[in-house]
Amino acid sequence: MQAFLASLHFNSWILPTLLLLPVAGAAIIAAHGWLARGPDGAIAEPASARVRSLALGVFVVEAVLSLGLWWSVDPNAAAWQAPVDVPWIPIWGARIILGVDGIAMLLILLTTLIMPLAVLGGWTSIREKQHSYYALLMMLTTGMLGVFMSLDLLLFFAMWELMLVPMYLIIGVWGGQRRLYASLKFFLYTMLGSMVMFVAIVYLALQSPDALGRPVFGYDWILAHAVLSPTAALWLFGAFFLAFAVKVPMWPFHTWLPDAHVEAPTAGSVILAAIMLKMGTFGFLRFALPLFPGAATNETVRSVVLTLAVIGIVYGALVAMVQPDFKKLVAYSSVSHLGFVMLGIFALNVQSVQGALMVNLTHGVSTGALFLLVGMMYERRHSRLIADYGGIAKVMPVFAVALSIVAFSSIGVPGTNGFIGEFLVLVGSFRSQPVYALIAATGVVFAAAYLLWALQRMIYNPLSKPENQQLRDLNWREIGLLAPLIFAIFWMGVYPKPILDKTAAAASRLVERVEGLPATGTASTSK
Amino acid sequence: MTPSTLQAASHPLAGTAAELVWLLLLLPLLGFVVNGLISLLTAARLGPADPSAGPDAGGNDAGHAASRGHATHDTAHDSADVAHDSGNPVRHRHAALVSLIGPGAVVLSFAVAVAIFAAMRGADLQSPFVKTLFSWLPVGELHVDAALQLDQLSIIMVLVITGVGALIHVFSVGYMQDDPGYPRYFAYLNLFVFFMLLLVLGANYPVMFVGWEGVGLCSYLLIGFWFSDEANANAGKKAFIVNRIGDFGFLSAMFLLFANLGVLDFTGVASSAGQLTAGGPVVTAICLFFFLGCAGKSAQIPLYIWLPDAMAGPTPVSALIHAATMVTAGVYLVARTATLFSLAPAASLTVALVGAVTAIFAATIGLKQWDIKKVLAYSTVSQLGYMFIGVGSGAYVAGVFHLVTHAFFKALLFLGAGSVIYAMHAAYHRTHRHDDAQDMRNMGGLRKYMPVTWVLMWIATLAIAGIPPFAGFFSKDEILSTVFTRSQGSPLADATWLGVPGRTVLLLVYGLGLAAALLTAIYMTRMMLYTFHGPNRTGAAEQPHLREAPWLMTGPLVVLAGLAMFGGWLNLPELLPLGPQGVLDRWLEPVVGAATTRLAGSEAHLATATEQLLIGVAVAIAVVGIAFAVLRLKPAVLVSPGQSPASTGVGKVLEHKYYVDEGYDIAIVQPTISGSRNVLWKGVDVGIIDGLFVNGGAFLARAMGWLGSQLQSGQVGTYAWILLIGVLALLGAFTRFP
Repeated sequence: MQAFLASLHFNSWILPTLLLLPVAGAAIIAAHGWLARGPDGAIAEPASARVRSLALGVFVVEAVLSLGLWWSVDPNAAAWQAPVDVPWIPIWGARIILGVDGIAMLLILLTTLIMPLAVLGGWTSIREKQHSYYALLMMLTTGMLGVFMSLDLLLFFAMWELMLVPMYLIIGVWGGQRRLYASLKFFLYTMLGSMVMFVAIVYLALQSPDALGRPVFGYDWILAHAVLSPTAALWLFGAFFLAFAVKVPMWPFHTWLPDAHVEAPTAGSVILAAIMLKMGTFGFLRFALPLFPGAATNETVRSVVLTLAVIGIVYGALVAMVQPDFKKLVAYSSVSHLGFVMLGIFALNVQSVQGALMVNLTHGVSTGALFLLVGMMYERRHSRLIADYGGIAKVMPVFAVALSIVAFSSIGVPGTNGFIGEFLVLVGSFRSQPVYALIAATGVVFAAAYLLWALQRMIYNPLSKPENQQLRDLNWREIGLLAPLIFAIFWMGVYPKPILDKTAAAASRLVERVEGLPATGTASTSK
Repeated sequence: MTPSTLQAASHPLAGTAAELVWLLLLLPLLGFVVNGLISLLTAARLGPADPSAGPDAGGNDAGHAASRGHATHDTAHDSADVAHDSGNPVRHRHAALVSLIGPGAVVLSFAVAVAIFAAMRGADLQSPFVKTLFSWLPVGELHVDAALQLDQLSIIMVLVITGVGALIHVFSVGYMQDDPGYPRYFAYLNLFVFFMLLLVLGANYPVMFVGWEGVGLCSYLLIGFWFSDEANANAGKKAFIVNRIGDFGFLSAMFLLFANLGVLDFTGVASSAGQLTAGGPVVTAICLFFFLGCAGKSAQIPLYIWLPDAMAGPTPVSALIHAATMVTAGVYLVARTATLFSLAPAASLTVALVGAVTAIFAATIGLKQWDIKKVLAYSTVSQLGYMFIGVGSGAYVAGVFHLVTHAFFKALLFLGAGSVIYAMHAAYHRTHRHDDAQDMRNMGGLRKYMPVTWVLMWIATLAIAGIPPFAGFFSKDEILSTVFTRSQGSPLADATWLGVPGRTVLLLVYGLGLAAALLTAIYMTRMMLYTFHGPNRTGAAEQPHLREAPWLMTGPLVVLAGLAMFGGWLNLPELLPLGPQGVLDRWLEPVVGAATTRLAGSEAHLATATEQLLIGVAVAIAVVGIAFAVLRLKPAVLVSPGQSPASTGVGKVLEHKYYVDEGYDIAIVQPTISGSRNVLWKGVDVGIIDGLFVNGGAFLARAMGWLGSQLQSGQVGTYAWILLIGVLALLGAFTRFP
């Protein structure tokens, strides 16, 4: 496979292709919509139906192409893989620099594999303004992939902001009852963080000028040349922290998430949970920690972050337990799971960081599947309230089995993917931060409590409500889109070694870089 | 070639049947997959392409309505746990295939186990045979392999699990035959056997933990098997969550082990355990965390509360999971971790003491239960306490011995109770009466109708009560006499437990153990008297329909009765020369011998007279208990549950299980829920973060905007005044700070 991909010069074109293909798709969809408009400005039904097939096609091509990265990327290489470096805005010193390591590669695969499923998840429920909807999904994809592959801070920031607008519109236009409040809250929360980060990025670029004194935004260049006082590093770290902590979301910056999830359409929720929540933790791994190792290992900073992470784990689980709305329950469970990721990252050893990366992926798969399942339920019953269900395992056995498998993976039962990440995070954190790890480990009890309680009230208990006695089980489209996720749940749980191998080198490099340097706040060695 | 494969290649078991150890696991796993698919495919009626099109779009409504009627019918089944209450019990259409695959997989697995056991008997085994399948969690210094370990301890567990498991599978064919969820039942049961075998065969703690949580999952699924009844679903959920508290302990113990020793496999831990300070805080903490796991899985104080509720599951499930196998996993864990426990005498004494207190505590509750399965449930909690007395006082062999004999006689008791419930239910079904088929006040005199079950259950009762020469006598006596011996002088007796000398603790444990033995004899005799003796209270109409279960169900009981009678021969004491002595002692010596010696020291043998006295006391106590129950309890005066007076005083407290569930509810469950809802969610999230900061910030921004907009009034006069003030202020500022 490697030889075949090399013969295609795969690595030289794959990253720009993945970025541009959705843009092209969006353009085609826009053109199609414009051409298909009738005299009254409305788009006829058959054209609307065709556009979703077109969108699915683009995402499937994207997914198939990206799969090549699994073989073409050498996770152990010290250099960035599949690199691209072309000038962008010379006067500002900004370039289009792309490249991936094992971590970014897995997150890109997660993105490209989730997107077709997200489209299928909303296959029948999105009925209005389909052209705009699918075009926005395309732009969103470019933004998300761009975040994972940008190695220029200005480009990274552009991509970071690019994700924001499509999601804002997806929630605000195709969302539920309180969609305007939710989308605005999502937008403002994220903007607040990213504005501060933007200032920090510009400051960094100015602090690492090239030989002619011009600012440079290149990631590797900044790593090697930025000269920062410890105080400046602390402030800059704080700025990045705010942007990323909102995205993670860390307690107490999480309250946009439940509203956004509840109001977003199924695809929006799936993308938010499975991919966009990974931006924050990815930001810590790629930027905040390597750029400011001194600040990140500062005792006060570390204990604050770890405390927030552990609060998130326990708090998220407890609040999830009492949610009457299943989507909110899953949203708070995300706060809890992402707390494990933050704990793993800041415990800073090989096991905990690898565990954090694993939780990132498993949360993407399992929570994505949970939101798809909620969407299927909602399409049938038009309710997200747990109390409206009960006993539906009798009428929807396939759905019940799927929901149970996904719930148990989210609980972290060994044999499923959920266990691997949590176990590694905890076993690693225990070595460096035993107190935090011990408190975090109580999360396993609460996770069982909130999910099993919800599971019981939804699929078990008497089938007493007449509306539910009519429910039909999943159809083949729904089974087909859950199947790959359920396969991934067991594969990652039983044989995670191939995935762990992909992230091992990147994780240990990170630990060495951050822990290995004197706490001066200066980044002096290149990757 | 890795060191482990090198070791495996030169091991005496290499190339023997032991290489097939993976087959033990594969068979029940395949059974699960096939039966699970049958269950899912026959239950599924897939929906239309567009689910939002409404329930009436497409599909055949005839089948739909039929299944709906079916569903509501299931919901209505009464309190007893046999679900064949439809007018004409319809057997599942693939019942024959399912009955072949489900029990067949476990029987084959048992055959493999016997072959492996035969190979092991012929070999000289000083080290375990480890079969590495693949690398599971390789991260930095952490190396966890998916590896299976065969040694003298694991094969005993495997034989019990597959042997008793096979019998219970066969019994289930009869017991569950008319249940609509027949394939689902066998799928779950096979999955349980798979995970239980993984638990005892795992070569390291993480793999064992996979089995550990896996059996918990199956237990959850099987307790809530009839999930349309809220009580059953509640019981399953409670079992899983309470067990998760224990699992938190198991996980923390693993984390501590890795942080301190850097290994998690049994061989590695045993060989590097010496790095831990004997009796030090680290090894003690590791052992106590492990024991928290045991308290969950093996239903010890304070986590025992899930097991009595678990009786909501089908009775064969109670026999297999909640009596013979899964609940003994904690005992297995302590025996497996004997090296560490022997380095932590304080932790060992804790295990023994908790076991003893649990034994007597549960036995007292067993005295006043009316539900036949609840009596057996508390009896199981109590007997598990005995096993922990054994492994806690360093009598690892005795603990495992009692685990084995208990598997025989408790499985027999549960299956016997199952036969009784089956008969009662069938009788009620014939007369269309809905009454509690498990309440002993509805039974009585069943000896006349079910003589075989009656005899078999008496055998089990004598075994559990400790009457020689039945199996329970030997194992229980070995535990108690070892505890007494240890208290007379051993490293364990010289250790201290929270400042209390070890010998005092051991004597207390011994005393509690004896008292629990007395109560065991009493409550078991009570159960037998109320169920089988005296006049029948089922009802005149029902009496003609009370009859023995079919041989498919009684057959396994007979086999178990044989084991309950002669199981003691596994490990005869020196004092009773009835056959080869101490077989199990010698068999397990390579596994737990060193740890036993560390806690026992070079303890002097007790004088023969003392030993005889101990045995005499144990037997006397059992006889006194039975006699007391026979003399004091009057089955003749019992009336059916509706008419019996509420108990008062101590009896009431016991009947309500010391109100422990209610206490936990008030002290832990309700505060957690209401705190999460009212303080964290509505207070912190909605009130402070969103209310004060987010929406407060938004309000502030709007207020500023409003102020700004007020300034733009369009009145030129106002602008002029503001301009003037601004100019003056600037002038003032510049003149003061030039």
